[in-house]
Amino acid sequence: MSYLPYAVAAWICLVGIAGMATSRNLIHLAICLTVTQSSSYVLLLSVGYVKHGHAPIFIGRKLGTTAVDPVVQALTLTDVVVSVVVIALILALALDAHRLSGTVNPDDLADISG
Amino acid sequence: MSRPVRLLLLGSGLLGLGALFAWAISGLPAFGDYRGPYGFVLNRIVVPLRHTTNVVMGTNFDVRGIDTMGEEFILYASVVGVTLLLRDETRTRQAERRTRRFGNDTVRLVGIAMVGAGLLIGLWLMAFGYITPGGGFQGGVVTAGAILLLYLVGNHRDYRPFRDEHLLDPLEAVGAGGYVIVGLAALASGTAFLTNLFGLGTAGMLRSSGSIAILNWASAIAVTVAMLLLFAEFLETYVVPLEPEDAGS
Amino acid sequence: MLLATLVPLQAVAFGLVALGAPLVVLTRDPLRQALVNGIYGVSLVCLFVVLEAPDPALSMLAVSGIGYPLVILAAVARVRGHERSEKDEER
Repeated sequence: MSYLPYAVAAWICLVGIAGMATSRNLIHLAICLTVTQSSSYVLLLSVGYVKHGHAPIFIGRKLGTTAVDPVVQALTLTDVVVSVVVIALILALALDAHRLSGTVNPDDLADISG
Repeated sequence: MSRPVRLLLLGSGLLGLGALFAWAISGLPAFGDYRGPYGFVLNRIVVPLRHTTNVVMGTNFDVRGIDTMGEEFILYASVVGVTLLLRDETRTRQAERRTRRFGNDTVRLVGIAMVGAGLLIGLWLMAFGYITPGGGFQGGVVTAGAILLLYLVGNHRDYRPFRDEHLLDPLEAVGAGGYVIVGLAALASGTAFLTNLFGLGTAGMLRSSGSIAILNWASAIAVTVAMLLLFAEFLETYVVPLEPEDAGS
Repeated sequence: MLLATLVPLQAVAFGLVALGAPLVVLTRDPLRQALVNGIYGVSLVCLFVVLEAPDPALSMLAVSGIGYPLVILAAVARVRGHERSEKDEER
């Protein structure tokens, strides 16, 4: 039971990868990539959790009380915002592929030449 | 390679990956049993050392400031990539002539009210980022969302200044470059890159935590303008004049 | 034996997230998937709050409510606009 969080993170990662590999639409593929990225956030925050710890904000709280790990939260919060822009880049590539070949299906894209 | 063969390959690959995950998870400590000293050390020293009550923000912009600089440059590079891919497409599309995006007055009214509220919430999140939860990244996305609401509920004239590349491109550079300049200022004065040089103030007040505040605002500007630029690039050919007198400009 | 089980609230939050991920992947139409992704984002926000992480929760809320629908819908609109104008040119 105490390994459930990590198992959930692994499950989400596998589901996202399966979705990406079997996708028939490049935009659907980008969204499955976001699901895979969210598995890394779940894993990071589960690793940093301290039992009976509070959030690492010390306004109105005395210093020295148990708080959860702030480093993984710092990593996660920048990662979440940057992932939006990276997904936008991937979608722009998909739009470019659609403009050049007329299709968003990755299976059909393998046939274009030049 | 036909599809059933590919699916078989995928299935076996996922099984192998799942086995690797199971092996890795069995070596982790139980959930809640945090052993590493780094988290405990940071929770004790960041508030007295940097006078910021949000330890996550202190970690982001001071203790691990170089990582956030890397993340900002990922943002910047992605926006440049999107711009290069989508900007020089020939605009041969026919403009749709519509006078309003929403015919429903209630929706427009609520949307217009939300523009002001969203802007205030975004600016509050940015400004108090180093005191309470929040910060440049979160506040930047909310502010950009409030501004883009203008595109939906307002006239084309209201939204046009926010999609002007000549305004947005330099602002994006200010956000990304400002971060580096603050770090270089520390370098120029003899200490290490990104050392916290400015006056520290009192924890819990707006005027506190030195260079964390400046870096916070630099990244807030970078994130807001990045989201506005993305929207402008994606819908470049579809932002059309809504009033007949805009057709000439 | 000290840190054996999850609090029921945490178990429910993890369960909702584990349920939401396959739902997002199984929705094939990108337009509908944008909406399901938004709901999955809200379940992630609940999970982050339960794990005592307010800053990532704020990020995820802003991003899944504003960021992802923005770029996904803009991309879908542009793809459909291309297809419609290509059909007009063929005629």
